[in-house]
Amino acid sequence: MHLTLEFGGGLELLCGSVKTHSVDVKSEPGEHELKMRDLLSWTKSNLIKERPEMFMKGNTVRPGVLVLINDCDWELCGGLDTELEEKDVVVFISTLHGG
Amino acid sequence: MRGLRSPPTLVFRFQTPVSTTVARTTSNYLGETEMGSKGVWSGSSDAHLLGEIERLKLEKEELESRIRLLQAQLKPQGAAGEEQSASCSLSPLSCPPINGTALTGLSLEMIHRYGRHLLLPDFGVEAQLKLSRSSILVVGAGGLGSPVAMYLAACGVGCLGIVDSDIVELNNLHRQIIHTEAYIGQSKVKSAASTCHAINSSIKLVEHREALQVVNALDIVSKYDIVVDATDNLPSRYMISDCCVLLNKPLVSGAALGLEGQLTVYHHNGGPCYRCLFPNPPPAAACQRCSDSGVLGVVPGVIGCLQALEAIKVASDVGEPLSGRMLLFDALSSRIRTVKIRGRSPLCPICGENATFTREVFQSFDYENFTQSPMSDKSSNSLDLLPESSRISSKEYNKIVNNGEPHILVDVRPAHHFKIAAMPNSINIPLSILETNLSTIDSALKQADQDSGRCADLYVVCRRGNDSQRAVDFLSKNGFPMAKDIVGGLQSWARDVDHSFPTY
Ligand SMILES: [Zn+2]
Repeated sequence: MHLTLEFGGGLELLCGSVKTHSVDVKSEPGEHELKMRDLLSWTKSNLIKERPEMFMKGNTVRPGVLVLINDCDWELCGGLDTELEEKDVVVFISTLHGG
Repeated sequence: MRGLRSPPTLVFRFQTPVSTTVARTTSNYLGETEMGSKGVWSGSSDAHLLGEIERLKLEKEELESRIRLLQAQLKPQGAAGEEQSASCSLSPLSCPPINGTALTGLSLEMIHRYGRHLLLPDFGVEAQLKLSRSSILVVGAGGLGSPVAMYLAACGVGCLGIVDSDIVELNNLHRQIIHTEAYIGQSKVKSAASTCHAINSSIKLVEHREALQVVNALDIVSKYDIVVDATDNLPSRYMISDCCVLLNKPLVSGAALGLEGQLTVYHHNGGPCYRCLFPNPPPAAACQRCSDSGVLGVVPGVIGCLQALEAIKVASDVGEPLSGRMLLFDALSSRIRTVKIRGRSPLCPICGENATFTREVFQSFDYENFTQSPMSDKSSNSLDLLPESSRISSKEYNKIVNNGEPHILVDVRPAHHFKIAAMPNSINIPLSILETNLSTIDSALKQADQDSGRCADLYVVCRRGNDSQRAVDFLSKNGFPMAKDIVGGLQSWARDVDHSFPTY
């Protein structure tokens, strides 16, 4: 499945300072769908190059990270259980506090 | 002047027919007057027209000076800004001078000053009146707060409060555009208020020269209709949001760091509060600060302008405020994206249905402990990771250099920091790649051993003395037990040894 993953608010530093990643993710053999929980672990093992604890805590993103699927808060689409579709854009953004 | 109080009304009425004529005549020639000044009309044979224009200009000047005279007499009602009371309660009569023009509720001066707002069909008199009767508190007079306060003053909010305890510093002027060099070392609030007053002396300005904290927040915030979060740290953001929920105030929240900014309106129109979105604080290590990570000055400027806009929209009840949505700004790619975020959470401990959060709980809540980060952009939790034997002061290190004792100095700052300034003969190996570059240290040490015929020492330095401890901790466990860190880093080197060393 072809997806676009974007990182912002400093999370891009965890993946070689690259903000936009065009990726092909295969779902588990025998499974037809790809859920957000699968994408998180795929991202952690394939894109995150340092300090994975700055990306995930337990089986979800760490506190302070907003996940957006096609410009919509993932809490509104089903969170970890959201089924992804071809060409979805998933954004991981760390909240900022500076000023 | 007192004696003139009643006659001017008569004079004004008497002049009305004349000004009507003037208006009609000028409307025919106004454009041409402007063109004439650009030289388009030079050489025109129609001397009569030019003469007429001159005559009208003189008439216009005379009328304007009369208007100014009348406005000066209205001043006593409008110039509430002179009062230095710490209250922002706007009685319906105190702020907008109602007696100016009975028809609209806006005074002559206001119609003149805010005329371009009044011309907007989507804004107009009604919105301007609402704005002039609203009070807005700006928390933080820094990079975000600068444009917020300037625009809110300029646009004519009734009362503008600014709260901050910091002083103006040279290394902040690149983004805190409300302040000038003349105010360095003075209160940011004093400086900001003076700029706002210079922009618009007719609004009420309230200076809160103190940090907003749990002990004073309820008292201060309760005096305003709308709050703008223009702070620079995480605990303040939680505190301000909780306070706004308790007092039921809409919160316009902005943040900026590096080349990115974020903006949303909390606790408004059924939208979420900060805690609905971020029930748990991020780990302290994820909280980057402008004083560590840097910020391009104009980025908080952009977000601050948008915060002013959202505050104006909420105050004047115009348009769709950014509630339940968040605006993300990426300066590098020139991209602004607005995303839909979750609504108010029924389970939120602060604004949810069964919330038990009270004013009493708020006043004893420890936000710094909750977030594990300080309520300031400057003070940093200094690390204490190493035993005394693995540390050395900058003065002691200076002796080692002067005595020519064999050693190498590893600077673990990021490469772009190293480019700003570095100590002589230091080797730059950023902390993030230290693990994979141990061989570089090893060969540098061997070289120093060879050159001196003695056993060379290993010292580590960074900007403030935290990363150097992390590096020494790692090195001592990975084959370099003699590694020592310079306490306080380059900051202490510049302060205690070499005053000419650049600090940033
Ligand atoms: Zn809430």
